[in-house]
Amino acid sequence: MTFITARNNQVVRLPEIPVLPYEDFMEANTGLMKDIYSHCVNYFAWPLGDRIRLFCCMADDARGTIIISSSEIGRNDNRVLQSFTARHLAFHVFEREMHERLGIRYADHPWLKPLRFPVDGAGKNPAIIEYPFYHIDSEELHEVGVGPIHAGIIEPGHFRFICSGEQILHLEIQLGYQHRGIEQLFLDRRSLLQRTILAESIAGDSAVGHATAFAGLWESLCNFTPGSEILQCRTIASELERIAIHTGDLSAICTDIAFQLGSSVFGRLRTPVINTFQLWCGNRLAKGIIRAGRNPYPLDKNMRDALIALFDNYEPDFYEMYGRMKSLPSVLARLERTGTFTTEQAEKIGAVGMIARASGLMRDIRWTHPYLLYDRLHHQPIIKHHGDVYSRTQIRKQEISQSIKYIRDLLRHGNAIGTGSEDKLPANLSPDSFCVSLTEGWRGEICHCAITDAKGDLALYKVKDPSVHNWLGLALAVRNNDISDFPICNKSFNLSYCGHDL
Amino acid sequence: MLSEIKILLHQGKQYIPDVTQAEVPGIFRGRPVISTAGADVRRLVEICPTGAIDADPVRIDMGKCVFCGECSLAFPQKIRFTKDYKICAAVREDLIISEGKDEPLTLKPEQIRKEIRSYFGHSLKLRQVSAGGDNSCEWELNACGNVNFDMGRFGIEFVASPRHADGIVITGPISANMAEPLQICYDAIPFPKIIILAGTDAISGGIFTGSPALDRSFPGKYHIDLYVPGNPVHPLTFINGVLDLIRTR
Repeated sequence: MTFITARNNQVVRLPEIPVLPYEDFMEANTGLMKDIYSHCVNYFAWPLGDRIRLFCCMADDARGTIIISSSEIGRNDNRVLQSFTARHLAFHVFEREMHERLGIRYADHPWLKPLRFPVDGAGKNPAIIEYPFYHIDSEELHEVGVGPIHAGIIEPGHFRFICSGEQILHLEIQLGYQHRGIEQLFLDRRSLLQRTILAESIAGDSAVGHATAFAGLWESLCNFTPGSEILQCRTIASELERIAIHTGDLSAICTDIAFQLGSSVFGRLRTPVINTFQLWCGNRLAKGIIRAGRNPYPLDKNMRDALIALFDNYEPDFYEMYGRMKSLPSVLARLERTGTFTTEQAEKIGAVGMIARASGLMRDIRWTHPYLLYDRLHHQPIIKHHGDVYSRTQIRKQEISQSIKYIRDLLRHGNAIGTGSEDKLPANLSPDSFCVSLTEGWRGEICHCAITDAKGDLALYKVKDPSVHNWLGLALAVRNNDISDFPICNKSFNLSYCGHDL
Repeated sequence: MLSEIKILLHQGKQYIPDVTQAEVPGIFRGRPVISTAGADVRRLVEICPTGAIDADPVRIDMGKCVFCGECSLAFPQKIRFTKDYKICAAVREDLIISEGKDEPLTLKPEQIRKEIRSYFGHSLKLRQVSAGGDNSCEWELNACGNVNFDMGRFGIEFVASPRHADGIVITGPISANMAEPLQICYDAIPFPKIIILAGTDAISGGIFTGSPALDRSFPGKYHIDLYVPGNPVHPLTFINGVLDLIRTR
C-alpha cells in the first residue's frame, strides 16, 4: 500500500501510515500532481532522534479525501535527496522549509531560498537583514528596495524590485520578520486555552479560520463530535469574517487608486460588520468566538435579529457604492489588466483560495472537502478567469453576496436557538495519531496537522496559512507592470505576513 | 456627480461626535472589575492562558491579559469585564487591577514627560511598526483613521516615514527578526520622541512570552510613554489614551 486516505478532520493511526522508500515516496506524490484535481496541502518533516520522518498530505479534490504517505531518512547520513520541486514547482515552499529548519539537502531544487529565518533553523542562514537578494548587473536597470517596514500600518516584509524605468522586471520577496516560533509554542504551551489563543494569533485577521481549523483538529483527536449548534455558529462566524475582511479590502483597493469615496464608504461599511462580532463575542476581530468542544457565545434571538438588521442596512449601501465604482472608467482603467496572474501560473505554483479562484483555478475547501455546514449549504465556488486586480475585486464583491446569502439561509433554517453548551471534552487525545484539518478562511486553504505521541500528548503541530503558497503569485503577477501599480496588486492579494512567518 | 451626492446622502453622518464619551455596542471586554467574593483562587490563576492573574490579593495585569474573558466565564461572580475602554496607562504598574477596585484609569500629569504636552498637544505624527503583530492591532490602528473614529480631527495621524514622526507605535511581541529594523526606525525619529506600546503582545509578549523567537530588549531600554492594552486594541482605547497623553483637559 502506498497511501492511506482520510477525510478532512479524520484521525488516522500513526502506524497505519505507509512508510515508503524515498524514491517511491517522491514518485508517488509527484505523480499525483499530474491530476488537476489533486494538490499538496502540506508536506513536512518530523525529526525523531537521528531519523527524520517525512509526511506528505495530498488533497484529492474530486473525491474529497486527503491522501497521506510518509518516508524516513537519516538525519546525519549526508544523503542528498532528489527534490519534489524539480518535478512540480508547487512543492517549493515545503522543501525550502525542511531545508532551512532541518538541513535536509536537495540535489535539484531550483532555489533553496530561506523561507522564514526560524529561530530553530539548521543554522546556515545569515541574519535576515543581510539576506543577499537576487541581483542583475546592468547599467540600465535599477533596484528598488521596500521594507521591511512599509509606509502604511501593515506588517513587515522586504520587497526588492528590479526595474527598467518604471516597469517591474522582477520582484523578490523576503519574509520572516514576523517569525514568533508558533509551531514550537503549540507544544510548549500545555493548556487547551493557551493553544486556542495561539491559533487565534497565527493571523489575527483570520482568527475564525485558524481557530476553526484548530478546534476541528482538536475535537477529532478527542473523538468529540460537535453538535449542530456549534457548527452553525462556526459557519456563520467564518462567513462573517469573510464579509468583514473583503469589505475592508475593497476599501483599501479604492485607497490605493485614490478613489476617496469608495475608500470611505467601504471602510465605514466594515465597521458595523466587525461591531456585530463585538456584539456577539466581545471582540471586533472575533477572537474568543471559537472554542474546541463548546460554544461560549450562542446565537440568541437578539443576535440573530442583529445579524439580519446588519445585512438589511449593509446591502443597499454596499451595492450602490459598488455599482458606482464599477461604472467609473477611471477606476476600471487602474484595475483591469493590472497584475495579471494566469491560470497556468496559479496551477504551477499551487495557488489556493480566493487568489486561485480569481485566476480560474478551482480551489475551495468548502466545496472539495466540506466541513462545518458547507455540505448542507451546497456551496458553489465563485470563479473568475482573468486573474487581474479587477477579477480579485469582483470576486470579493460576489463572495460577500454569497456569504450574506449563506448566513441568511442558516438563520432561517437553523435549528435550535442557542442555549450555549458546556460539553465535556475528553482530557486526552488519541495516542499515536495523525490528523489533518482543512478550512477555507477568507484568504483560502488553512491546514493544521497534528501528531500525538504514545501518551496522547502533542508531538508535532504544523500550521499552513494559504499565504505560504500565494506570495510567489504576487511576485509573478507584478512582472511587467508599472511599479506604481504594485500597491494595488499587493492589496488585491492581501496576503498574510505573520501567517507565513509563524 | 449626482450619484456621488446620492451616495453621500445615503451614508448620512458616520463619524462618532464625541470619541471620549461614545459607548461601545454589545459586550466588550474592557477594564476588569474583581469582586471581593470568595472563589477558588488557585483554579482562577490556572485558567489564565498568559499568567495575567495573581493571588493575594487577586489582581489582573492588563498588560499580560489577552482579554479572552475565560476567567469571567468560569467565575462570573468574581470577575467581570466592563465596557470601560479607557484602559491606557503611562506607568506599567497602573495596568494591574486589584480586587475590590472599580475606578477609571487616569494618566496623572506627573507621570507624563513635560515636553510631550507642549510639543505635541495639537499635532502628533506617529510612525507605526509591526514587530510580530498578528495584523489585528494593525487593522484597529488603521480603523482609528477611518471616517467613524476620525482620529485626524485631533491632529493625530500615522505617517509614512520615521523622519516625519514624533513617535513610534509598536505592535506585536517584537520578533527577533524585527529587532534591528525597529531600532533603526526609532533612531530615525527626531527628538523629542515618544514610544507607545499598542496591544498586549507589545506590552508583555502576551501568549508569546518566553518564545526564543522574540527579542524584547527594545522596550527594556527606553522609557515607554503610553501602554495601550487590548487584543487587539480598540480604536477608542487608543484614541483616548493618546489624547490623555498629549492634552490637558
